[in-house]
Amino acid sequence: MTMTDPTQQEHIIGKRRVRREDPKLLSGENRFADDLVVPGALHLVLVRSPHAHARIRRIDVGAAQSMPGVVGVYTAQDLQAEWAGPMPCAWPVTPDMKSPTHYPLAGEFVHYAGEGVAAVVARSQVEAVDAAGAVIVEYEELAPVLDLEDAVRDAALAHEELESNASFVWTLEPNSEAVDAAFRDAAVTISERYVQQRLIPAAMEPRAMVVVPSPMGGDFTVYSSTQIPHVLRVMLALTAGIPETKLRVVAPSVGGGFGSKLDVYAEELLCLALARRLRQPVRFTEERGEGTMATIHGRGQVQYMELAADADGKVRGIRVKLLADMGAYLQLVTPGVPLLGAFLYHGVYDVGAYSFTCTGLFTNKTPTDAYRGAGRPEATYAIERAMDSLARKLEMDPAELRRRNFIAAEKFPYESVAGLVFDSGSYQENLTKALDAADYGQLRAEQQQRRAAGSPRRLGIGVSCYVEMCGLAPSRVLASLNYGAGGWEAATVRILPTSKVQVVTGTAPHGQGHETSWSMIVADKLGISPDDVEVLHSDTSIAPYGMDTYGSRSLSVGGTAVYLATERVIEKAMKIAAHQMEVAEEDLEYVGAAFRVKGSPEQQLPLAAIAFEAFTAHNLPDGVEPNLEASISWDPPNFTFPNGTHIAVVEVDEETGRVELVRYIAVDDCGNQINPLIVEGQIHGGITQGVAQALYEEALYDGSGQLLNASLADYLVPSACEVPSFELASTVTPSPTNPLGVKGVGEAGTIGSAPAVINAVVDALSDLGITNCPMPATPERVYQLIQQAKSE
Amino acid sequence: MRVEVTVNGQQRTADVEPRTLLVHLLREEFGLTGTNVGCDTSSCGACTVLLDGESVKSCTVLAAQADGREVTTIEGLASADGALHPLQRAFQENHALQCGYCTPGMVMVSMSILAENDTLDEATVREGLEGNLCRCTGYHNIVKAVLAAKEEMGAQL
Ligand code: FES
Ligand code: FES
Repeated sequence: MTMTDPTQQEHIIGKRRVRREDPKLLSGENRFADDLVVPGALHLVLVRSPHAHARIRRIDVGAAQSMPGVVGVYTAQDLQAEWAGPMPCAWPVTPDMKSPTHYPLAGEFVHYAGEGVAAVVARSQVEAVDAAGAVIVEYEELAPVLDLEDAVRDAALAHEELESNASFVWTLEPNSEAVDAAFRDAAVTISERYVQQRLIPAAMEPRAMVVVPSPMGGDFTVYSSTQIPHVLRVMLALTAGIPETKLRVVAPSVGGGFGSKLDVYAEELLCLALARRLRQPVRFTEERGEGTMATIHGRGQVQYMELAADADGKVRGIRVKLLADMGAYLQLVTPGVPLLGAFLYHGVYDVGAYSFTCTGLFTNKTPTDAYRGAGRPEATYAIERAMDSLARKLEMDPAELRRRNFIAAEKFPYESVAGLVFDSGSYQENLTKALDAADYGQLRAEQQQRRAAGSPRRLGIGVSCYVEMCGLAPSRVLASLNYGAGGWEAATVRILPTSKVQVVTGTAPHGQGHETSWSMIVADKLGISPDDVEVLHSDTSIAPYGMDTYGSRSLSVGGTAVYLATERVIEKAMKIAAHQMEVAEEDLEYVGAAFRVKGSPEQQLPLAAIAFEAFTAHNLPDGVEPNLEASISWDPPNFTFPNGTHIAVVEVDEETGRVELVRYIAVDDCGNQINPLIVEGQIHGGITQGVAQALYEEALYDGSGQLLNASLADYLVPSACEVPSFELASTVTPSPTNPLGVKGVGEAGTIGSAPAVINAVVDALSDLGITNCPMPATPERVYQLIQQAKSE
Repeated sequence: MRVEVTVNGQQRTADVEPRTLLVHLLREEFGLTGTNVGCDTSSCGACTVLLDGESVKSCTVLAAQADGREVTTIEGLASADGALHPLQRAFQENHALQCGYCTPGMVMVSMSILAENDTLDEATVREGLEGNLCRCTGYHNIVKAVLAAKEEMGAQL
């Protein structure tokens, strides 16, 4: 432990600190799941359905089975005895929610292109791939359900046996009479339809896993590129019928997730079941071209958004109807995704009347599930697009319209019409700061100049103000939403005999830098160097409890647990120190890694000495156990509500329809920042993913349900040439929800950015009478909009 | 067939199938798993290495094509005493990586961007990075890191 002079003790929290994770990642020393060498591991390859909807007439595995290196070829029937239950959905949002039975391999029917129909296990990857090609499957094609607005009419069914495509209808109507009145009395109303296209998460690391059985011991180690080692262990235990005590789940280095690795996948179950059956390790690594179909998609909604407002722009009421694409099956939290946005369609505005209805619909497409932002980007998009429409209708500046409607800073904690309590924020300040940074007046003037000059390079300025809810979540609130788990997080802090510190966290980082940030939180509190703090995670044998990493929850819930465990360790150490120093605990204070007598700082005992005392246990006070360790499971009292204002500046080339994002200004309030370096990185990446939705990405299907852009050559993940450098600033309103005052920042960028960009595109074209532009705003689409507007 | 390659300064040989790709030679035969695979259409650049000093996507090169040539992978950049290369350091200092999956490829392609340009500006760096995808960082800090490395390495000359 590096001792510091108490008077010179420096704050660690809030300072930029480079990441301790980096040297390993920068030198190829870390191990992703596919890097793990497991002697004797067999290779699993899946035969996948080429059809979106079909009856399986016959599967002939004979030829495949006799190919070189093949250990076995299995159909759903062959494996049925392996399962204690179907694949899990942990979020039955309504009591009458319909959910088709879902097993790792399709039985009588296939319900999306890419669904597994047979599992091939061979000694090498090449042999498994070759054998998979020799499996003969005869299908009888059925009509696929692909479009949400068709699906809701039940003309064709995605799952015959469910008799309807609707999985559930979920409503939130706190005051329907007020909503009716608001629309009846409104001076102006807005009614729009927006489409949240399907997105492919495309984490750069394809999913990979290897299950290592210990047949004599009866236990299994599952290495998987997952965001949720803890949840996965529980779900694998339940689904494969293996005692939890016999399962260890490890997430090695994980190459990005964005929600796509927040799931329990067929291949994880197949590797586990086949490792059990064959008594040998089994591994699977997805090819990108199959991952785009077999790994969950995000978004996929049609939104009908209505606003009622006074003539001065004050919004009185909001009515939202959603159709949400579940895809072919309900994965881990699929039905809950729209609910995470359900409370936020009034955005940052003080609106009294609110109504929300969502119909979850099955289609014959890849299942959807949480993708960066999960529900909140959709909500933010709808309200921020609608606010721009309202501003246009009222011929009011969009920034001014927003100002008139903000929840005022003095109203926090703010009880929202949808039943949330927003923790803190200063929305006016975000907007002012962003407008100043953008030099908004100057931009508007330039826009006017270009318009007057008839310049074909049209300038567009898009403003988006957002608030989101994260820090998932108070367990009781999750219970009220029918979520199948809690929202707490666990942490252990132990000070070892040599006074090095070990932190165990239940979060499972995959790029977020928890090792660095958690070490800063502990070191700051203990008055030591972060270099003396080791952070352990993502292995259920080391960190038995945890709720893992998603929904921007890790810092506000997991970081807080770490902080509180550190406090408890200090409390225990204080008892030992008081005993050793023969003073009362009340007379001691903890400063600079030492306990000292208040008023006479020269009388002190360093934490290092206490740590050793706790280890030898030679002279501990009565009732105090040996060792210096504390564990805590912390359940947050509320969500946290990060917020901000983003401004996009685009140039639209009238002749080609090409949109260039020329500037991007973001002002974000994520509460107190632990490590601003990491905060900025999260925002950069988040913005880019929202820009990707706005301008580039969409999972495209043909009329038969084939994914047309299943490769990274066709699905346009933006490169460095498609985005500019970002101009970031922040405001800070500490969250009162947790002692660190933090809110979360993993998804904020994505939530704020898509509406800012599309607002800018529409703004660039608004003098042509264009009021809407679907996402992604591709050159073809924008060009057509322009041509159409000109011909009208 | 037998291939002989100098990898990170060391002479290595292996017996491979003619269809074996360089990336598989590196990962499976030589145990150099720092080079990653992110796609099957040579679109992502996660597999980028240096072949005779020039960046290539090792998933588009046959192992046989590397016969008798020099390959540098991410494992070969730090010095023997473990000190990071100035470019690796710039990546760390500028937080140019998050999950780290694209990182080996990003670092290797940046090596050739640095080598090929006497002076660098943001646009040149972005163009040079075009064939490499990162889903985490939004590129902002990668661009910064490459420019910072240029400045530092330039100063050393
Ligand atoms: S693995 Fe994607 S380009 Fe080589
Ligand atoms: S750091 Fe994760 S893909 Fe680049």
